[in-house]
Amino acid sequence: MLEKVNKREARNREGISVRARRIVLQLAFALFAATLLASFASSARADAFDDAMAGFATDKFPEIEQAIGDLVATGAPSAPAILDALAGNRLMFDPDEGKVYIANDNDEYFDPRTGEKVAVESPDDLKKVRLNNAVRAALQAAQGAMSLMAPDPARRLSSANEIFKSRDPAALPQLDAAIAAEKSPGVKRALGEARAAIVAGDSATPEAERLAAVETLKSRGDQDSAGILTNIASSATGRVKAAASAASGAIQARLALWSNVQNVFYGLSLGSVLLLAAIGLAITFGVMGVINMAHGEMVMLGAYVTFATQQAIRAWAPGLFDYSLLIAVPLAFVATGLVGVAIERSIIRFLYGRPLETLLATFGLSLLLQQAVRTAFGANNREVGAPAFMAGSFDFGGVAITSGRLWIIVFALAVFFALQLVLRATPFGLRVRAVTQNRRMASAMGIDTNRVDALAFGLGSGIAGMAGVALSQIDNVSPNLGQSYIIDSFLVVVFGGVGNLWGTLVAALTLGIANKLLEPLIGAVLGKIAMLVFIILFIQKRPRGLFALKGRAVEA
Amino acid sequence: MMISRRAMLQATGAAIGGAAVLTAFEASAAGEPIKVGILHSLSGTMAISETTLKDVMLMLIEDQNKKGGVLGRKLEAVVVDPASDWPLFAEKARELISKDKVAAVFGCWTSVSRKSVLPVFEELNSILFYPVQYEGEESQRNVFYTGAAPNQQAIPAVDYLMSKDGGSVKRWVLAGTDYVYPRTTNKILEAYLKAKGVDDADIMINYTPFGHSDWQTIVADIKKFGSAGKKTAVVSTINGDANVPFYKQLGNAGIKATDIPVVAFSVGEEELAGLDTKPLVGHLAAWNYFESVDNKDNKAFIKRWHDFTKNPKRTTNDPMEAHYIGFNMWIKAIEKAGTTDADAVIDAMIGVAAPNLTGGESTMMPNHHITKPVLIGEIQANGQISTVWQTPGTVVANEWSPYLEGSKDLIADWRKPMSCGNFNVKTGKCGGKGA
Repeated sequence: MLEKVNKREARNREGISVRARRIVLQLAFALFAATLLASFASSARADAFDDAMAGFATDKFPEIEQAIGDLVATGAPSAPAILDALAGNRLMFDPDEGKVYIANDNDEYFDPRTGEKVAVESPDDLKKVRLNNAVRAALQAAQGAMSLMAPDPARRLSSANEIFKSRDPAALPQLDAAIAAEKSPGVKRALGEARAAIVAGDSATPEAERLAAVETLKSRGDQDSAGILTNIASSATGRVKAAASAASGAIQARLALWSNVQNVFYGLSLGSVLLLAAIGLAITFGVMGVINMAHGEMVMLGAYVTFATQQAIRAWAPGLFDYSLLIAVPLAFVATGLVGVAIERSIIRFLYGRPLETLLATFGLSLLLQQAVRTAFGANNREVGAPAFMAGSFDFGGVAITSGRLWIIVFALAVFFALQLVLRATPFGLRVRAVTQNRRMASAMGIDTNRVDALAFGLGSGIAGMAGVALSQIDNVSPNLGQSYIIDSFLVVVFGGVGNLWGTLVAALTLGIANKLLEPLIGAVLGKIAMLVFIILFIQKRPRGLFALKGRAVEA
Repeated sequence: MMISRRAMLQATGAAIGGAAVLTAFEASAAGEPIKVGILHSLSGTMAISETTLKDVMLMLIEDQNKKGGVLGRKLEAVVVDPASDWPLFAEKARELISKDKVAAVFGCWTSVSRKSVLPVFEELNSILFYPVQYEGEESQRNVFYTGAAPNQQAIPAVDYLMSKDGGSVKRWVLAGTDYVYPRTTNKILEAYLKAKGVDDADIMINYTPFGHSDWQTIVADIKKFGSAGKKTAVVSTINGDANVPFYKQLGNAGIKATDIPVVAFSVGEEELAGLDTKPLVGHLAAWNYFESVDNKDNKAFIKRWHDFTKNPKRTTNDPMEAHYIGFNMWIKAIEKAGTTDADAVIDAMIGVAAPNLTGGESTMMPNHHITKPVLIGEIQANGQISTVWQTPGTVVANEWSPYLEGSKDLIADWRKPMSCGNFNVKTGKCGGKGA
């Protein structure tokens, strides 16, 4: 309490001193004005700045948008800081007095003009300057134009791209200056393209220059340039029109070719997700013959382990966040593997050779696990963040590739080959294969079949858990996560041939690619139906799948 | 406890009058409690959305009992779990009405669950309050629709995007999950857009299966469709679980709201809880309520909700507000009718007004739908949705869309003497589609 009073006193004192300083300043200013005529210009500039600030305090979107332009036009040195604050929702205003402040995360307030710290009487009455998409677009364009000369080349590149998008003719002078000063060839090209995007659509520019700009856009050759060129083709006249429509046609034709490559990549990506989801099942169902309906829930548990890991990292070691998935992979493997072993020991081992009972028991178990997670974590989706290296996308030729998806392909293949290695090159793998091929013979050779069963089931479950880590990046982390993958997983394993890991790989990639090639032609819904019909027909013809086991193993 | 507080309150007023009220209150409080059925899934896929509605109903009932109940009788909640299983909804509804003898039921989320209980409510003549935005094309005597009809959500959203503030959108992607709500809404929107002069080539319609998780192709298609040089927007009726992977892909593909805004009708604060919303800032949602709405009633409601659930982070959402309005309307109608008898309450409901949480009043219209303001909000970095535009007043629901061939001549009016949910103004007869 006492502290509070003291604070208030201090604030009052501060207020008085600010006021005193202001009076002194005003006096000085008056003297200055009396002696120098030049001060007239500076006071006019101050008014424009105040007008812009008043615009921010109106709480009306069109006026805020206008204020951004006005602020930039004043050329005030604090303008970039103000725009940054606006973009970060840190620009506040007092609805009663119409004053604007920049806030920071520690509830400190700064004067927008001088950047000096100021005391605010009642911070709770301040409101944020709101943004909508129109304001945001204007803001991005303004920031783009301002950071053209930024020392960081990445920042210059992104501002060039902002201008390319906004195509604001007002940015042209700064752009020309920036092009002249630019050293980095990559940024220079981007700046040139941004300039071309403005110039090509501007009917006041000489024809030759516009034609050159159309050429520049054509060589950029992406979807955005095609859009701009299409626009120009519909509005321009004469040679520019012809050149623009030819260029846009050429880009479209090239992109159409690339789109096939793109579909194959998307297919690989979908296939890798199917592979991840199915590969654990290929062990429990494919190799061991257990119809494991709770497989999807193992995937779900893996995703929740990822969530828990990230929560722990956020709480105790935020610096490790980018490695959170790498840390979660072994944790998820161990956690779900242990759950798998527990399930095998407590339920499945009593049901070997009784497929119908296994199906019912594991189905019941899946419902049990779902509800348990729902009770423990709540029914809502949980947020699992993406580490920096998995966020965003990049262009490869004409294909837009999402980084996260690319890493999932890599991860799926890595898991697959690691599993092959375990089964082919370790004593444990040898025992698993022996037990699954001929249980009694293996037992007679001294292998503890119970132990092998439990460990193999644990291995399959653990792999499902690792799949959960990857799926947490692209899907909901909710109790229902597993359900959406269980059918697909069985499809892949059956289609590939029960008991054959290579079959699972080929089946997953085939189904993924076929699905993604069909989707643009007949839509996602029909595409899915077509795949199901195809698999039904295929299984009629080849009941044992793509790669059927041959020989005596089949009978076992 | 209740009585003593009440007695004290009265004593501060007029002692004699207070004593009289007290005796009257004691006499009727001895009567049976009024039972209220709550028919929301607490397990299965829909639990994510519906559990919240069960909780908010329990809160509203508790609050009403603190005020002394209604007609001097206490309210008692009867909670059942239809487990996201549509036939089970009908069974549980029958159980609530005939076994538990509830006076009214608050429940359902999906249209298919509502359709499955309709015959039960009609046969046993009870009352259902349905709190979720839906595709319209229905008006039933025993049902009160407190969620939005398409013209109270979808059409104002499209109007906003067409306006200068919304970015003067010229090209439209209508993306939805493949079932009745998106199909009907998109049919209405398509007809509406064409009536506004939008070209066929500027409309792309896309449907995906339930729970679709691989959005790479569709997001790439949207990007391509959006780079034809005209301002493009996506109108999303994508449902439930499919939204998170859709928005994740959108964010990863770098489609920003300033390039191609996405306006969603099924994404609220709850759905956003599972997402990092930073890449999604500026994408839009159209509802009749946002948690961020800044007024006294809403602040009090949120505070009460946090106290009731003992969780200061629980979000509030649009269907919760619908139950809040519907419940208060029901209480008023009972007070007006002086009984909980279904026929009397159904008649008394029409014209009843109750405050909503956005600073206005909603009224129950003769078509059994309520008037609502429409809010367009943009997603913020903190997972909240902040209003950027709203209709000047409330909007009356068009239960039968004027933009659909089969329904443009139909109206619903449950006042006597018409008492019809699908009156055809051309033929002058009651009946036809949706009977």
